[in-house]
Amino acid sequence: MTAARTNEAGLRADERLERLKLFGLSSPAILLILVVLVLPVGWLFYVSFVGADGQFSLENYERMIASKSYARIFMTTFKVSFLTTALCVLIGYPLAYFMSQMPERIANLCMITVLLPFWTSLLVRTYAWLVLLQKRGLVNDWAISLGLWDEPIKIVHNLNGTLIGMVHIMLPFLILPVYGSMKAIDRDFMKAASNLGATPRHAFWSVFFPLTTPGLFAGALMVFILCLGFFVTPAVLGGGKVIMVSMKIVSNIELFVNWGAASALGVVLLVLTFLILWIASRFLKLESITAGGH
Amino acid sequence: MSSDTKGALPITIRNVTKTYGKVHALDDVSLDVRSGEFLTLLGPSGSGKTTLLMVLAGFTRPDCGSLKFGDREVIRLAPHLRDVGMTFQSYALFPHMTVNGNVGYPLRLRKVPKDEIAKRVEAALETVQLGGFGERRIDQLSGGQRQRVAVARAIVFEPRILLMDEPLSALDKKLRDQMQIELRHLHEKLGMTTVYVTHDQREALTMSDRIAVVNFGRIMQLATPRDLYERPANRFVADFIGESTFLKVIRQGGKVLYAGKPLKFHADLPDTDNLLLMIRPERIVLSPEGARRGANNFDATATEVVYQGDSFLLHARLADGHQIVMRGAARGDRMSSMPAVGDSIVLTIAPEDTVLVDGAEA
Repeated sequence: MTAARTNEAGLRADERLERLKLFGLSSPAILLILVVLVLPVGWLFYVSFVGADGQFSLENYERMIASKSYARIFMTTFKVSFLTTALCVLIGYPLAYFMSQMPERIANLCMITVLLPFWTSLLVRTYAWLVLLQKRGLVNDWAISLGLWDEPIKIVHNLNGTLIGMVHIMLPFLILPVYGSMKAIDRDFMKAASNLGATPRHAFWSVFFPLTTPGLFAGALMVFILCLGFFVTPAVLGGGKVIMVSMKIVSNIELFVNWGAASALGVVLLVLTFLILWIASRFLKLESITAGGH
Repeated sequence: MSSDTKGALPITIRNVTKTYGKVHALDDVSLDVRSGEFLTLLGPSGSGKTTLLMVLAGFTRPDCGSLKFGDREVIRLAPHLRDVGMTFQSYALFPHMTVNGNVGYPLRLRKVPKDEIAKRVEAALETVQLGGFGERRIDQLSGGQRQRVAVARAIVFEPRILLMDEPLSALDKKLRDQMQIELRHLHEKLGMTTVYVTHDQREALTMSDRIAVVNFGRIMQLATPRDLYERPANRFVADFIGESTFLKVIRQGGKVLYAGKPLKFHADLPDTDNLLLMIRPERIVLSPEGARRGANNFDATATEVVYQGDSFLLHARLADGHQIVMRGAARGDRMSSMPAVGDSIVLTIAPEDTVLVDGAEA
């Protein structure tokens, strides 16, 4: 005897309709991504392969290989990004740890102090650093009056100033995922480690730290990738001495009106970023960047 | 080596107090846990039982008091130096390590040679019936298996004291019943002094050598399961363990009167005038042939019969309006002669089941 399959067609139609509705709801977002992301990047890609004569050519890429200055710019970009990331980890991890161990109220207060600058204009913060760090700025004045050094020293318009500004701006991107992964750690884990005979130091390195590495890795990756394309802060605080890819792109367009060269730089940067993401994804699941936990 | 002192240490707790603001989490607690004993701290949530366990483990620093493992004072000793095994309510298994990694963790810390670690880890896993599970990740295990790994990790370094914080509370009922028996056997086999925390009175009665009932940061009664159930020290203990109905009784010298009639009882009376008659539902009997000589008889009216499969509950109202409940095995002959709602019935309690408790709440 075959079972009666009542309403089968109707139920299947409902299922189809539901899926269609879901697609309908997400279609504006898909359209938006298409218009503001896929098309421009495609256009960028196309323009980078168009030479000065308007024909297809690889000259934009050939120039990058031939000229030493491009190699130097990429080296600088990676160096600045790497140093910024390293400094963010060194400063951000202990801060996140401190926050994760504090009572809720103090932790929230700390979180606000981390986020407040995050919500302030990038430009304002960058120029504020310029004011603080310049030759006759607050930092030099105070250091001299305290006797730390005698002559005003050059803290800004060089690599140091760039790093100070970028670390400050990037710090929240590291702290947030790290803090998230720390808060997700069951407090009983540390108790268990201690109960089983681990000193506090050993318990930290054998249990706590390994459980925060997904958050740390996600945060560091985010900072590194954001640094690769960073423009405002290095432009203002680097004083022309720290040339990053983004600044070269700007000068290619503003000074030389060479869209092809600028686009080629953009494409290379994009490809390098994907390459890093791909390598990183072999070490961690990419979803932990957005999930922030393990 | 059961109850042999070689594998176990006695615990001596003296005058331990811990306050949080004005709340006494522990109020001058003194308790002796015998060597090799399975002692349960039983109490409602917020009673202080977990605080006491955390003091034993070293995670909570009391305001004052003394704590000895054997002859050694440990109250100021850091947790990682106490050498006691512990299982946590959440199991606290390290998710970034395999089963082997978790169970071997305390041995690696103790610098045990590698091949011996492997041997002892496997032996500990065998003990909890998880032989061959060493390579599994923690997230591949079921709740019951995690519980066993947690136990294996707590016993693998052969501590002489084992602390267990509500280890079975996350398991479903069938598994919990099974694990209770298993943990009990494990204790008999290993013989370490065990302090077990639970809020489940049946679990405590099933597993323990002795039970300390905790409330308001104090130990209300310390007794064997049977004494605790049958001779509760006060109303709180009687109420918390098992079900019971309390009837106010009047003391007249050596006699105790309920509704003007003297009660027959065997046990000694508590030293108070504030006495209650404690009636356990399963110790009161329906007497179809009327009042019984030599027993305490209560005339009542049946108000409700509840069928529960293995047993039935008969609710009845006494002449003075008090409600009492009796429980009986749901045998066929009884079910067919069950009184109807509104019938007059006689309920009797044998003198040895007639328990008079101190009416004080604490």
